[in-house]
Amino acid sequence: MPLLSLIVFTPLAGALILMCMPKEPYAPLRRGAFIFSLLPFALSLCLLARFNPADPGFQFTETVPWIPQFGVAYTVAIDGISLFLLLLTTFLTPLVVLAGWGDIHKRVKEYMVFMLLMETGMLGAFVAVDLFLFYVFWEIMLIPMYFLVGVWGGERRIYAAIKLVLYTMTGSLLMLVAILYLVILHQQQTGLLTFDLVRLYEFSAPLVTQRWLFAAFALAFAIKVPMFPLHTWLPDAHTEAPTGGSVILAGVLLKMGTYGFLRFAIPLFPLAAREALPFIAALAVIGIVYGALVSMVQPDLKRLVAYSSVSHLGFVMLGMTALNTQGVEGSIYQMLNHGLSTGALFLAVGVIYERRHTRLIREFGGLWQQTPLYGAVFMIVMLSSVGLPGLNGFVGELLILLGAFQTQRIAAIVGTSGVLLGAVYMLWMYQRVMFGPLTNPANKELRDLSPREVLVFLPILVMLFVMGLYPKPFLSRMEPSVQAYLTRMHHKLAISVPVGQQAEQPPPNGRSDG
Amino acid sequence: MTMIPAPDISWIAILPLLLVTGTAILIMLVDLWMQGPERDALGWIGLAGLLATALAAIALWKTHMSAFSGAVAIDAYGLFFTLLFCAGSGLTLLMSMSYLEVTDIRTGDYYSLVLFATVGMLLMATATDLILLFLGLEVMSLAVYALSGIWREQQRSNEAALKYFLLGAFASGFLLFGIALLYGATGSTTLGSIAAAIGRLGTTENTLVTAGMALLLVGFGFKVAAVPFHLWTPDVYEGAPTSVTALMAVGVKAAAFAAFARVFLHTLATLSPDWSAILWVLAALTMTVGNVTALLQQNIKRMLAYSSIAHAGYLLVGMVAGRQFGGAAILFYLIGYTLMTLGAFAVVAAIGRRGEANETLDDFAGLGFRYPSLSLAMIVFMLSLAGIPPLVGFVGKFYIFSAAVRAGYVGLAVIGVLNSVISVYYYVGVLVRMYMTEGALEIPVLSDRPYLVATLLLTATGTVLLGLFPSSLYELARQSVLSLG
Repeated sequence: MPLLSLIVFTPLAGALILMCMPKEPYAPLRRGAFIFSLLPFALSLCLLARFNPADPGFQFTETVPWIPQFGVAYTVAIDGISLFLLLLTTFLTPLVVLAGWGDIHKRVKEYMVFMLLMETGMLGAFVAVDLFLFYVFWEIMLIPMYFLVGVWGGERRIYAAIKLVLYTMTGSLLMLVAILYLVILHQQQTGLLTFDLVRLYEFSAPLVTQRWLFAAFALAFAIKVPMFPLHTWLPDAHTEAPTGGSVILAGVLLKMGTYGFLRFAIPLFPLAAREALPFIAALAVIGIVYGALVSMVQPDLKRLVAYSSVSHLGFVMLGMTALNTQGVEGSIYQMLNHGLSTGALFLAVGVIYERRHTRLIREFGGLWQQTPLYGAVFMIVMLSSVGLPGLNGFVGELLILLGAFQTQRIAAIVGTSGVLLGAVYMLWMYQRVMFGPLTNPANKELRDLSPREVLVFLPILVMLFVMGLYPKPFLSRMEPSVQAYLTRMHHKLAISVPVGQQAEQPPPNGRSDG
Repeated sequence: MTMIPAPDISWIAILPLLLVTGTAILIMLVDLWMQGPERDALGWIGLAGLLATALAAIALWKTHMSAFSGAVAIDAYGLFFTLLFCAGSGLTLLMSMSYLEVTDIRTGDYYSLVLFATVGMLLMATATDLILLFLGLEVMSLAVYALSGIWREQQRSNEAALKYFLLGAFASGFLLFGIALLYGATGSTTLGSIAAAIGRLGTTENTLVTAGMALLLVGFGFKVAAVPFHLWTPDVYEGAPTSVTALMAVGVKAAAFAAFARVFLHTLATLSPDWSAILWVLAALTMTVGNVTALLQQNIKRMLAYSSIAHAGYLLVGMVAGRQFGGAAILFYLIGYTLMTLGAFAVVAAIGRRGEANETLDDFAGLGFRYPSLSLAMIVFMLSLAGIPPLVGFVGKFYIFSAAVRAGYVGLAVIGVLNSVISVYYYVGVLVRMYMTEGALEIPVLSDRPYLVATLLLTATGTVLLGLFPSSLYELARQSVLSLG
């Protein structure tokens, strides 16, 4: 059974069916979208059950030739690195659709259609192991997100949507040229024309070429992550997007960038990556500290969460640069954590935005008295984002810092301050919104969470605790693939260094010093 | 008494030409009897003629022959373009059958002129003699000059015709002078003999060939609307009736590229070190000027005019890459370009009504949710023109840029993709107006205009399907280029 294709294309089928349904009434559209987003989740649970945790390579591989003259194939597969990102996507989308029942009141049909198309794009990008196919899905994602922000967004939605598109396209089209260059170089040297990632992993381009190609890939992914200083589209897009758009954007879309580094940029160009990793680590740390500091002074809840994303994704990138098991596993784990915690934070902001139509922190205060259930949910989510032990965020950050401390020591030390700053801005925000006297009369009528909203938060809260208390089932499934990834990396780096030289010595790029 | 031997007349070799010419004449005759609402029949005759031509081209596909003393060739390359022109002109006719209702254009003249223009295009693609190629160009151009001025009551239509005619006459002059110089240097006008002669020329003749080549480049540059020979394009595209603009953007450009590629990638291929550097610059300029200027346009037809200039730039990238790498990419791109551009113009035609052209970008405001099917089609065309997967525009660019990378022109490919980013802004800008702003424009009900619906359906389906499954068409394009020999 082509399980992966089923998972990827069920939402697309749902979108097509929804397109044929009448615009009104809304209820069948909402239910339909929810069902079509639950199906891939159910299927991905089957996938999880049948996933072989001991196998480090790609599993569930499906290959169909697509453009044979160019060596392009529809190849999808999954390994321990992409498995949980796929699950994260199928897990979050139904919740987002469910949240959209409440806060989308116009053009419901189109909203749901774009949401489902979005899911197909994201899932496809996570399972594609053909560079061409990956690129196709990577671009497909952009269009629904553009519409979600531009149509259902806030006041400056058009500006934010265009900015999102132009930033992303600039990076990705340069990546396309790099992909073409890599594939053609591979063909010239080996005679095999293929976009297959597994084949290209085995290929080593010369160092100078690798630098250029790595730069093009890294630019595309760094924009998506986003890494400092390419992050400026993010606060705009996040702030203007409707709640569902923000959740998907933060929860899944940004992971595309970090996943891209891990899956493509670093392993395809290991020599260039090794040179660049210290810089990436430095930028990641700048992002951690900068994001945290800017978060602290935001008057707008959504902008605050958006900048906290910059900070958290800095941790993800830092872990990746460590190039050791803890670092990389922590990095993947933190991708999942960020997806859940920040997704839930946006949902939580969305709840009060829907009721009050404002996101300014100073408009709130003392909500705890009025909405204790909401306050409790928000607190757990916030604490998970801060990295409180017992919740998921702690595990990820700990692993990342452990890993980074071994290879990127200074960066790790500076990065640790981000944990502290994270606690400061989150707790301070929480305090201003929830505690103190309930002064604003507009808040006196605030309703607490409805049963549907509880249903949206509950699965996330459960996962926050599960991943915080018992990370083993997750880490053990990642481990073989991560190990294989690291072994391949170190092997490729080792054969490029003359025998006897250690990794700490300078890379052999200065040929004239002999 | 000596007899001048009459050349063998090979009817097979000119069968497609005869069919289209015959249909055009038939329409002129039938027009005399047809009055009132049954005039749709004229369009149907035209479509039937083009269909028969396309079938003839398919039947001849495996044939490879040269006729009329090497002046006309039946090869896969010419037949590929024959099919392309049948599709392009056929879709134009189909669109016109609805569009002409909102104008005061006489349908009989119009349909036969479209078909005569098609004859010229076919001749340009199948001619292997420069004189015949020039004849084809003139047949096509004269018909299109007349077509762009056919809306006589409209001042800007007249202006377009005059402007196009004057500048087009210049271009023809350049082309003819180039042909004369090539003839002077090589003693022949047939492409085969010229190619053979070029290898064994002295210094003087070489200078002549270079000069002739440069003049040909100018002539073709005019017709494909390459910068800096593009200045006529926006005014003419804006002024001509929308369906004629579509034909110009699609058919005329493709025909010019058919001849351009046959002459430069085949006949003058050995001289590619001389012309590829010039084309490199032209390609970079054409893409950049086209895209940057398109950003500033307020009228959708002018925007699409600049976009067509930009697309000529992408096609020139394929020319720079050379036949081995770029040939098939150019052919594929032209098919995709035909579908998406015709579709976009069909949407423009659908928005206009009698007396109100509704051609500014602001007229598109708010159409998105009020006219969902039409707007969905526009999403497809705009995203495809912008090169977003999985649509045909993306695959075309993928082929073109990989040809450039493969031929070693990475710099040009980078310029090309950066231009694509610029183009995203204005293509997506149309969607911004349609979906993200409010407007109140009422447009004619689509279901009253079945031919326009058919055009939109065919082009949109083609844009999507060829984007998802491009490989058989690409294979066809590859074979066609191989047939050049």
